[in-house]
Amino acid sequence: MLEVRNLSKSFGGLKAVSDASLDVPEGGIVGLLGPNGAGKTTCFTMIAGFTKPNEGTVRFMGQDITGLPPHRICAMGMIRTFQIVQPFAGLTVQENIAVGAYLHHHDRAEAMAVARQVGKRLGMGAMLDRPASSLTIAGRKRLELARALATGAKLLLLDEVMAGLIPSEVSEIVGIIRQIRDEGHTFLMIEHVMQAVMSLAETAYVLNHGKMIAHGTPRELVQDPGVVEAYLGHGAAARLQEGNHA
Amino acid sequence: MKPQSMGQAVLIALALIYLASLYFMSSPVWMGFTINALIVAVVALAWNITGGFGGMASFGHAAMYGTGAYASAILQVQYGINAWIAFAAGIVAGAAMGAFIGALAFRYGLKGSYFALVTLAFAEVLRICASSFAITGGGSGLQLRLDPGLSTLQFNDRTVVYTILLVIVALVMALTAWLKYSRFGAYLIAVRENEDAARALGIDTYRIKVKAMAISGAFAGLAGVLYLQVWLFIDSAVVYGSAVSIEALIGPIIGGAGTVWGPLIGTLGLHLLGEGAKHLLHNAPGLNFVLYAVVLICALRFLPQGLMGLAGRIGTFRKKEDDNA
Amino acid sequence: MSSLILPAVLSGLTMGAVYALVALGLTLIYGVLHIINFAHGSLLMLALYAAYFLFVHMGLDPYLAIPILLPVFFCLGYVLQRWVIAPMSGGSEQNVLLVTLALALIIDNLALYFWTSNTRSVDIPYAYNTVEFLGAYLPLGRVIAFFAALAAAPLLWLFMTRTRTGSAIRAVAIEKRGAEIVGIDVNHTYAICFGIGTACVALAACLLLPTFYVTPQVGYTFVLVAFTTVVLGGMGSLPGALIAGLLLGVIESLCGLFLGESLGQIGIFTAFILILLFKPSGLLGRRAA
Repeated sequence: MLEVRNLSKSFGGLKAVSDASLDVPEGGIVGLLGPNGAGKTTCFTMIAGFTKPNEGTVRFMGQDITGLPPHRICAMGMIRTFQIVQPFAGLTVQENIAVGAYLHHHDRAEAMAVARQVGKRLGMGAMLDRPASSLTIAGRKRLELARALATGAKLLLLDEVMAGLIPSEVSEIVGIIRQIRDEGHTFLMIEHVMQAVMSLAETAYVLNHGKMIAHGTPRELVQDPGVVEAYLGHGAAARLQEGNHA
Repeated sequence: MKPQSMGQAVLIALALIYLASLYFMSSPVWMGFTINALIVAVVALAWNITGGFGGMASFGHAAMYGTGAYASAILQVQYGINAWIAFAAGIVAGAAMGAFIGALAFRYGLKGSYFALVTLAFAEVLRICASSFAITGGGSGLQLRLDPGLSTLQFNDRTVVYTILLVIVALVMALTAWLKYSRFGAYLIAVRENEDAARALGIDTYRIKVKAMAISGAFAGLAGVLYLQVWLFIDSAVVYGSAVSIEALIGPIIGGAGTVWGPLIGTLGLHLLGEGAKHLLHNAPGLNFVLYAVVLICALRFLPQGLMGLAGRIGTFRKKEDDNA
Repeated sequence: MSSLILPAVLSGLTMGAVYALVALGLTLIYGVLHIINFAHGSLLMLALYAAYFLFVHMGLDPYLAIPILLPVFFCLGYVLQRWVIAPMSGGSEQNVLLVTLALALIIDNLALYFWTSNTRSVDIPYAYNTVEFLGAYLPLGRVIAFFAALAAAPLLWLFMTRTRTGSAIRAVAIEKRGAEIVGIDVNHTYAICFGIGTACVALAACLLLPTFYVTPQVGYTFVLVAFTTVVLGGMGSLPGALIAGLLLGVIESLCGLFLGESLGQIGIFTAFILILLFKPSGLLGRRAA
């Protein structure tokens, strides 16, 4: 569904992402992992059209979308969410979701109906008429998801939807994401917390210093010495090995 | 357009009672004063589209107001074109100027104070140009030939002028309400609140912003044409001057930016206050602006959502299911 | 025509020096507080009137008024920022612009009320003594203003880099939170900076008055030129403001020469729009909003 090939981006002299490639199959949940500053969000901004890559291509549903503006990409069915969730403060929850729904439903009544339906699906039925600014962090993360779904997007790029949530909220959102996937959506998720992805993603990529250093199932990845070192520092894998032997 | 609370209902009712009472007062002074206030209310409603809903505070709405007035005046005075056609042309010219300024400013990503300053600079350039070229009448301005009649859109009877203005203000407010609850309105508010999130949701934010400037420019151009048709005379200081731009933004901010009634209520309230002060202080020049400025500062500090926001918190009505008006 | 160009350039440079001086205060305030002070021109107008009345009522030469007006306007700026602009705007960028716009309206219209719209000027004969330079005859007052402005910019720069207060101001400008943590009183520092910016305006007024005039509207004209200077020089850059001010003086003078007096300012505003559109970071600026 999504094919990213040899994506590179540098800011000034600094290479934020170099030669990154990844594939997301239709109906899958794919993770994009890596320590802070690894270039995950930069990858997202390039895939979703917010910044133009220096090199590389992005293909979505067989079409080359490299360098297209975000609104065109969104209209084709791919959408990104933001790590720092900011609802449109002047609007109610339902109106917030409707902003997404307006993409394919130009009439207000229709868009509001779609918004209501999406909101209810995500368990936000009781909050629909509340001002969006009154939501808790967990509520905002759901709203972000609802808004994205309401656009009718098939592929959702989620930027750290679990960050800042307490464990019970994490398991709720994991359930919601599974449910949405089963309804026919595809996910590419940035996560800093490995544990969250372990339970969701079928495969994952690990980015470190802007380079893809590993790709595999979550189980394979936690045993990959390169991944362990990226997260825990140079030599960590070796020390862990020693620890296991002792 | 419906009030959300007792407070707002009272505020709107007060405005309507005042506007209706003029039909019974038969006071040419108050009539003339309110006619002026209504013309300003139209520019205020224009500012409200970009500044209120879109969060792009312009300091130069005179650019579109003046362009509307001058386009119509030039067509009538220099080319002898029918007033109705000139009227429409003024609106189109205002919209075009708005779209032009917006297209340039947003193409280069200007926002916040930069956007405010660039709109101000456009208005100044236009003011200096209008006072320097022959086609705009140079420093002496343009005067329409007095010729009352339906075909020239000039009316001797102030009550007729007043009624026409009331209808136009109502139409502009109805359009504003319709825009607010349309896809365009939702997109504009989304752009104001968070432009990146709006882009991610498939909104072509550049197009939305330019469109907002064009609509706002059309309203401002309309106000300029109204001024011309009522007073039959314009010059560069009157229609391109900073006073227009300032009045355009003060009314909505005090009344409640991003609301349908706010610009009208704010403008009426300010003008009444200014007029009252004038009578108390024996027509001192400029003192109404001092008063406006003091009210503006207080509103920024104490009424972040303007009078409509304040009134909205007094006796809030219960909402019915699915009714977010 | 070509024989007129050099004198026009030189005359533009002397006017540009005053623009630079006015803009220095504005750019300093922007660079540290990250706010645009719309009332800057109105404060200049107020300082011009102050210098004017000191001359008319007390016979004080505008140049000798500098040591009086500089501290007075410093205090005025301090008070305005600390007790009016900061509390009333609540920290939002757009509100600051609107509050200072409101201040400008108040100052301008009160001036109109009390002092009427009559154009006033002081009569100091020596100010119009001409100095010949490269075939151009320049009024002495303008030449003094030119060199004083040239001297003020490096002095301000020395103050910012070599004194404790200057260091505190720079610290707050770069990292407000960090400065707070190391014990710098941010509100006080902001107000001091605003005071210095306002004092610059008082200096400009004293240098300007001998060869200029004052009306309540003069502030509006100057504030627009000052915005242009600040943006052209790069928001917050002191050397940028100096160069940009001189440049704009020349642009205005040449536009006036070629397009006629009334269109002289068109050049400035056109430059303003072009810079905002194409290079909002200015000539020497690094950051654009």
